[in-house]
Amino acid sequence: MKNMIKKTAMLVSAAVISTTAYFAQAADTIKVGVLHSLSGTMAISETTLKDTVLMMIEDQNAKGGLLGKKLEAVVVDPASNWPLFAEKTKELLEKEKVDVIFGCWTSVSRKSVLPVIEELNGLLFYPVQYEGEESSKNVFYTGAAPNQQAIPAVDYLMSEDGGSVKRWVLEGTDYVYPRTTNKILEQYLLSKGVKPEDISINYTPFGHSDWQTRVAEIKKFGSAGKKTAVVSTINGDANVPFYKELGNAGISAEDIPVVAFSVGEEELSGFDTSPLVGHLAAWNYFMSVDDKANDEFIAKWHKFIKNKDRVTNDPMEATYIGFKAWAKAVEKAKTTDVDKVRSAMYGIKVPNLTGGTAEVLSNHHFTKPVLIGEIQSDGQFEIVWQTDGEVPGDAWTDFLPESAKIISDWKDPKINCGNYNTETKKCSGQNY
Amino acid sequence: MKALIRITALGIGLLFTLVSFAQSTEQTEETAENQPPNKFAERVQALNGRSFNAKIKAIETLSESKDPRVLPILKAMLDKDQGLYYRKSDDTIVTVEEVEDGLQLTDVLTGEDLGVVGKRDARKIGINNKVRNVLKSAIAVLELGADEKHIRLQSAQNLLKSPDKNLLSLLEERAELEDVASIKHLLEVAIALIKIDSDDQKVRLQAVEVLSSSVEPEAVNVVRKLAEVDEAGTYIEADLKVAELADAKLKSVETKLAMYRATENIFFGLSLGSVFLLAAIGLAITFGVMGVINMAHGEMIMIGAYTTFFVQQAMPNLIEASLFVAIPLAFLVSGAVGVLIERTIIRHLYGRPLDTLLATFGVGLILQQAARTYNSNNVPVITPSWMSSAWAPNGAISFNYNRIYILFFALVVLFSLALLLKKTLFGLQMRAVTQNRPMASSMGIRQNRVDALTFGLGSGIAGIAGVALSQITNVGPNLGSAYIIDSFMVVVFGGVGSLIGTFFGAFGLGVINKLLEPSFGAVVGKILVLIFIILFIQWRPRGLFALKGRFVED
Repeated sequence: MKNMIKKTAMLVSAAVISTTAYFAQAADTIKVGVLHSLSGTMAISETTLKDTVLMMIEDQNAKGGLLGKKLEAVVVDPASNWPLFAEKTKELLEKEKVDVIFGCWTSVSRKSVLPVIEELNGLLFYPVQYEGEESSKNVFYTGAAPNQQAIPAVDYLMSEDGGSVKRWVLEGTDYVYPRTTNKILEQYLLSKGVKPEDISINYTPFGHSDWQTRVAEIKKFGSAGKKTAVVSTINGDANVPFYKELGNAGISAEDIPVVAFSVGEEELSGFDTSPLVGHLAAWNYFMSVDDKANDEFIAKWHKFIKNKDRVTNDPMEATYIGFKAWAKAVEKAKTTDVDKVRSAMYGIKVPNLTGGTAEVLSNHHFTKPVLIGEIQSDGQFEIVWQTDGEVPGDAWTDFLPESAKIISDWKDPKINCGNYNTETKKCSGQNY
Repeated sequence: MKALIRITALGIGLLFTLVSFAQSTEQTEETAENQPPNKFAERVQALNGRSFNAKIKAIETLSESKDPRVLPILKAMLDKDQGLYYRKSDDTIVTVEEVEDGLQLTDVLTGEDLGVVGKRDARKIGINNKVRNVLKSAIAVLELGADEKHIRLQSAQNLLKSPDKNLLSLLEERAELEDVASIKHLLEVAIALIKIDSDDQKVRLQAVEVLSSSVEPEAVNVVRKLAEVDEAGTYIEADLKVAELADAKLKSVETKLAMYRATENIFFGLSLGSVFLLAAIGLAITFGVMGVINMAHGEMIMIGAYTTFFVQQAMPNLIEASLFVAIPLAFLVSGAVGVLIERTIIRHLYGRPLDTLLATFGVGLILQQAARTYNSNNVPVITPSWMSSAWAPNGAISFNYNRIYILFFALVVLFSLALLLKKTLFGLQMRAVTQNRPMASSMGIRQNRVDALTFGLGSGIAGIAGVALSQITNVGPNLGSAYIIDSFMVVVFGGVGSLIGTFFGAFGLGVINKLLEPSFGAVVGKILVLIFIILFIQWRPRGLFALKGRFVED
């Protein structure tokens, strides 16, 4: 019965659109820019997000669009080329005149987009976990800030359930996200009483494939009689050879667990995961979450992508939340005007896919639950721990002395900036 | 009555499980037959406890009983691909097998076939790393008397990680019976690790002797700790005699360790060198012999790796043998693509190195994007079990099997190629064409055909390299671009056109890389190697083994 009402409603709305307002609609759509790399090194991860946005648009249009208008996707390919991200943003905003952009993956691509999007007053939804230390007026960060991923993961490993880890290897790829995250984690560990000699930090280049030396050193570092864990911010491609080497060297998750911040279901689908069982990942979403909204999302995704084997992952959920929040804000503001939508965003609540609610905060971050999962042999994660409720995202970390005093608040008219210094009572003046 | 208490105890929870734990130790003397059957069933049922701690207690309790069913149950629980499940309808603990329309259940207690249920009607009993550790040591204790050598070795290794006082008599008994030296040694170290906590000085001194004869990390740690001094230079260890002995022995232990580490490092270098060698041999032919700067060489490697993936897809039940099919097939596929590229593009561009560079770069991009269009993700290539894990003669050193095999494989490929060049007619023709094209042509050698086959040979070998690389790194669209620069470095450093140069170039760069990495880190290490090569090329522009002769200057 319900289905029939739905179908009739859809038919009616389709009829209305096609007959009465067709010409007006065709000329007047809401344009949604999609700024994800479809070629080059990052295409592996970003193509999925492009498809997710297209799916969300299709879904929204099936419900009748927004404000009575259809949504129209404008897809561009910045080709994993960081300066090209800025050019494509300009193209989207000036030539295509899009109302909102969903895009970027790496921090360096976001940093490249920032000056353009601020100058032209656009709106960007950024769906990936990142290092924080940023809050732009024109960007909403729908992925995790460090306090929504890295810090809880370390807390878990320090707890009794996580194995009471006393010794830490912070292993990362050599670029801005791992370096900033590790700086924050090092301060955090020191503040928790971990001795400096029990922390080892190391960086390897992008795409590093010969892990023999590093794994031998981790093994040596971990055999000092104290429980050791590896916190991995190793990026994308370098992970497979790293885990393979760990497996071959006989380091199992029981001996030295590895908790990763960049390894999700999508990355694991390129692995033979049986040697990795028990290693951990921290995210705000796992495909294995037992929730009705998640089941529906997965079903929708499989139908859209026409492949039942495709997985879902955390940045997809972040895209989902960002899109839903934006759509709600547009309906609330009754316009797609960037400034009005932005003001309407604050306080908006949308259901996430893990059975909770994501609230948009005035620092342009979201509230998110933190989940720790163990890798299973089928490439999925078994959730072993999660926070009680949602954790509000913190743009500026509390564990670096120079950032602890800075807050971001775009709602309070007395502050109204992304970098308010609570000691000097001033905004630093930098734009992004 | 006792049974009743037990039922309540298990039902209420953790605290009471402790009580029953104490009781069950009294009963271990009972044999499986005179144990009431339902008691065992309850203990198994407790494995599906609410918390991980409850599960750990249940495992400990269960492993106390002498029932022969314990070992398979615990092993099933630990098994990564299997695990224990419970039927949702009545909580019966089962093992499952995936069949077409759901899960085939088998009762773990009776071995009874419980039929097929839907995938969501049985749920896995979740375990975490802590539970895995407990399972491992419980299984280790049960398997210490196994008939198979490797199982005993593994149990001994696992027991070393958590030596338990209660196991002392069992360990001593097993050590007495053990006839394999390496296992015996591990058991003795485990015994010493327990005895070092004794109150008797003599026993402790003896334990130090045993521990300092070993390089197992657990033993070394204890010796190091005993020899530790505080800021004033006095031993932290209260028993001076023990501390002094440990200190005296520590030096030789550390020298041994340093020696093992150096050996291991050199092996790492040789292994990296063998990867370089495999990736570069093909290039040594196309670039070195033909003078074609083939930027699509990396993509030939990629094609070989993808071939491995497709072979594994085609024969999912014969993964162990898949590589032996993949090697010749990858050679043929990559070789064919190479011939095709040569015939359609490169043959028009001979003598114009810059044009070939750009054209092959374009071809490389097209092949990359083709792979990406097929599947933008990395594809999973399975490592056969005979290639995974490592050969570890002791706790301080280990060599991964996949690295050892690849090292030998690279040498075999190099040797066969050298034979082909020196001993066959095709090799002779190839050398003739590359050394003096017009002369070879006037001698009646069909140089078009030789060119195409030479390029095909180089590409085919790149394909073989792809099979080897699929075992250690990602198989994805970017595989080739990751190795192209290293390959060129090896060929230029070794000497263009010289196979022996490629050999020394590859192993030289591999070892230098690995010797620099521990002290400088991977990033700086790579930079230093590049600087070294630049300087080296200034000194010897033609590389390590330069070709000599009149034709060189052409």
